[in-house]
Amino acid sequence: MTKLVEISGLNIRFTGERTVYAVNDLNVSLGDGEVLGLLGESGSGKSVTLRALMRLLPKKRTQITGSVNVMGRDVLAMNDEELSSFRGQTVSMIFQEPALALDPVYTIGAQIAESVVRHEGKSHAEGRARALEMLDVVRIPSAKRRLDAYPHEMSGGMRQRAMIALALACRPKILLADEPTTALDATVQIQILLLLRELQREFGMSVIFVTHDIGVAIEICDRVAVMYAGQIVEQGTLRDIVRTPVHPYARGLLASTTHGAKRGARLETIPGTPPSLAEKPQNCSFAPRCRLAEPRCLEKLPPNVEVGPGRAARCVLAGPVPAS
Amino acid sequence: MSDLPLSATTDAVLQAAPATKARGYWTTVGRRILRDKVSMACAIVLLLIFASAVLAPWLGLEDPYKGSMIRRLRHIGTSGYPLGTDELGRDMLARLIYGGRLSLVIGILPVILAFCIGTSLGLVAGYIGGRINTAIMRTIDVFYAFPSVLLAIAISGALGAGIVNSIVSLTVVFVPQITRVAESVTTGVRNMDFVEAARASGAGPFTIMRVHILGNVLGAIFVYATSLISVSMILAAGLSFLGLGTKPPEPEWGLMLNTLRTAIYVNPWVAALPGAMIFAVSICFNLLSDGLRSAMDIRN
Repeated sequence: MTKLVEISGLNIRFTGERTVYAVNDLNVSLGDGEVLGLLGESGSGKSVTLRALMRLLPKKRTQITGSVNVMGRDVLAMNDEELSSFRGQTVSMIFQEPALALDPVYTIGAQIAESVVRHEGKSHAEGRARALEMLDVVRIPSAKRRLDAYPHEMSGGMRQRAMIALALACRPKILLADEPTTALDATVQIQILLLLRELQREFGMSVIFVTHDIGVAIEICDRVAVMYAGQIVEQGTLRDIVRTPVHPYARGLLASTTHGAKRGARLETIPGTPPSLAEKPQNCSFAPRCRLAEPRCLEKLPPNVEVGPGRAARCVLAGPVPAS
Repeated sequence: MSDLPLSATTDAVLQAAPATKARGYWTTVGRRILRDKVSMACAIVLLLIFASAVLAPWLGLEDPYKGSMIRRLRHIGTSGYPLGTDELGRDMLARLIYGGRLSLVIGILPVILAFCIGTSLGLVAGYIGGRINTAIMRTIDVFYAFPSVLLAIAISGALGAGIVNSIVSLTVVFVPQITRVAESVTTGVRNMDFVEAARASGAGPFTIMRVHILGNVLGAIFVYATSLISVSMILAAGLSFLGLGTKPPEPEWGLMLNTLRTAIYVNPWVAALPGAMIFAVSICFNLLSDGLRSAMDIRN
């Protein structure tokens, strides 16, 4: 499997009134036609990682070190022009709140056409034709009439479909999805997930899917990376991580869902709150909340242990596990 | 029906539902303003005044410059002079209609100019932010510190009397106000998700400003600018009144108000006519901009 995205040693620091070490020494890769889930709670650096991949973070207040390679090109070294054609054409993004991420004063058709005209240098009529085609692809009913609809005239689910149509209009190789189903209700959520999965196969895209909902991740991902305090604490195939999580945080996260919980029993939770990230972590960030913490956890950063083929965990307790 | 899969059912329902909402934004705004009686009345009044000003030479009016010593200050309703005559015996109706040409130009042109300049300045300041914002907005604040009447008089006085100079001075008065509004709505829109979405789809800063920011702020700035037209009319009349705008014998409402001032004890109704015109046009523009504001507020 060739690697489309290769992120290594990525550090992101926000400066300004308050310094935040948002992402620390992050290593992750994305294969061709693969769906990678970035899983973690709020503030764990999932969205920041996505935005770094497209260089969407504000230039002045962000310091990025490390390397981000997308299809053999160094994203961090691109100039504005290269970035412009890279965004939308190679990598595209869908957002959490489609009501806010679509421009309220333009019709759906006009917004899709604009993107096609810009990236592919086509005429406006061709752009509109592509827009119609895309609305059909994302199964928006009576697409022809919806082409001239404004975002506020559509329902939440339909807006998210339109958003996906907009993101895929220029046939990107990689789709970044930033919690695209969080703002939708459960029945629409599953429709959108199934649609995304189908489109991913049809278009042969790779997807990075950010979510805090394990149920959603199980539905769509091939591989999962669990993030905590700006680091990936465990990554591996979905099956491995769901069945035999190694890192105590991943275990806690999986235990705290209602999916496997016994009726009447209290849900298991992880005590404490995530660290503030005002300083660069010098030891295991999860140690203060970890039930299995040992004195050596606080001494230095735990190593990234290969616990199996394509599987790693950042924990001193991690050791090779037999493939399940 | 029950054995149909869920998505097929909803699709069928949606297919059947008539997409009545596929009307454009401006069509909807137009419909709403057509239903607003006050706005429509104002629009009709303004339209009449505009039409008569534009068509003045073809309306078969008296010569607005031709005076007569024996016919001075005739009352309203005198035969041949439906609105009386002024202190030099010139036909008031003709002078009011011809005067509309100048007054409307001096009233509206500065607002249009200031709208273009202020919107661009505010957009750049609001979108780019940082030092450029500080530079533009603090410079604007210097102008803002003066009361608008005083500033208009000062600039007109410095440039000298004349129509072009009074248009320039009024433009300078309105640019800061429009820039401020433009800057504040732009900063509100700049951090919205769709701007980031546009960046994520590869739009450059110029495209984002021109397409996404401008599209979202233009309505608000436009409504604000229409409400400035009435102020501009009054200020322009004020400049002429003080002798800084138009010069006699040119018919212009503010100037006419000034020259007829001396006749207020002799024939108050005729003397008040230019003022009534200024009042009518200003209040119509104000009410119309109010109506426009509520008609454009569809999303709430």
